[in-house]
Amino acid sequence: MLPEFELLMPRTLPEALEMMNESSRVIPLAGGTSLLVDLRGRISRPQMLINIGGLDELRGVRVEEGYVVVGSAVTIADLKHNVLIAKHGQVLQQATRVFANPLVRNRATIGGNLAYGSPAADAAPPLLVLDAEVELTCKDAKRTVPLKEFITGVRETVRHPRELVTAIRWPILPEGSVGVFHKLGLRKADAISVLSIAVMLHRKNTEDYAQVRIALGAVAPTPIRVTPAEELLSGGPLTPEVIARAAQLASESTHAISDIRGSAAYRKRVITALVKRLLTNLAEGTKEKKHNESEGYHS
Amino acid sequence: MKAKAITLNVNGRRHQVTLFPNVTLLEALRDLSYTDVKNGCEKGDCGACAVELNGKVINSCLVLAWQADGAQILTNAGLGTMESPHPLQEAFADAGAVQCGYCSSGMIMAAKALLDENPNPSETEIREAISGNLCRCTGYTQIVNAVQMAAEKMMQQRAQE
Repeated sequence: MLPEFELLMPRTLPEALEMMNESSRVIPLAGGTSLLVDLRGRISRPQMLINIGGLDELRGVRVEEGYVVVGSAVTIADLKHNVLIAKHGQVLQQATRVFANPLVRNRATIGGNLAYGSPAADAAPPLLVLDAEVELTCKDAKRTVPLKEFITGVRETVRHPRELVTAIRWPILPEGSVGVFHKLGLRKADAISVLSIAVMLHRKNTEDYAQVRIALGAVAPTPIRVTPAEELLSGGPLTPEVIARAAQLASESTHAISDIRGSAAYRKRVITALVKRLLTNLAEGTKEKKHNESEGYHS
Repeated sequence: MKAKAITLNVNGRRHQVTLFPNVTLLEALRDLSYTDVKNGCEKGDCGACAVELNGKVINSCLVLAWQADGAQILTNAGLGTMESPHPLQEAFADAGAVQCGYCSSGMIMAAKALLDENPNPSETEIREAISGNLCRCTGYTQIVNAVQMAAEKMMQQRAQE
């Protein structure tokens, strides 16, 4: 049995925002794949929930003014099959294939995965390397926050209690960008990540020029970008030596946590190994097929 | 907490029920005697409670009944009858894929979702499709065989039509 709560059932987004505005204690419910588990385990005891998963305004994926815009209630399964995501968010699509399990993917939403604020949110590392932003809407205003500033701690975000996450957006990647996502879990399905990593490589016509973005999940209190390693690699060329140094730096500069799924020492070793492996594969792949965006390394 | 009247369309039958907001779809279905839907882990890990909700297979333990108001719900019992079983149900029986039977309803619903999209799946694709369904008898080999048998039978049936 779930504990008692009131459930608001708005039919439109304006109606939902009006309801949110009336109280700061209303908790948004979308796919429910994390929230209802927490309620049942008495991990959180909200008095009032608002069902936003069915709102049409929060559905759909579109390209708009140079950005890919994904409604916050789009499910992980929808993203897995979406042609726009295949074209403009291939690194995110890789993560959808290993996200929880097929049944959960049919309910879990992209907005919920981020707004829940888990350090192990599998959508976060790919969206971090896509330089994604989170759109927050309240009754009278709308604002956009970079994803790397959105999650501030374990289950903490900058979302105000009266705001809803309404969309996730990222700038369309320049040509010559390839990304890769890798999840390290204890089993293939239903596993909370021990570590997840996304790497994005952008190359211009010359092989010597490279821009690299690296993000890690489940190693720190929030999903993070690995800025020191990115800066070391920035500009290129991506020689085996510089990749090895960047992999070492990524590990050293990350304050890894120890928990039930792995020790800090283990996570640090895995960071070195995976940064090196994924970057090497991406660099070699792009040498041969420099402009083919769909050619990521599939793990 | 206030109860509300909602409509659940289950296996083609329409039910008007008055429920509190904290009742899950799983609890509502079992109270309506759809006891083929099983209660396992109650956290989305085991898939025993899997049903189709508006054409998508989901864990009914993680859906509130109010969220399913007006929706079309299909359970394993709605797929076929004893006289005229669904090819998946028949194959599960013939392949020995039913041991204790607790996971079978959810397994069959997950397998149906796969075959609806992909009529001729590989073994890897079958294992991926049922990766959210746990069989604690660990009879996975027979379950995978059953899904392959059903896929073949359904392809033959379509070819004859």
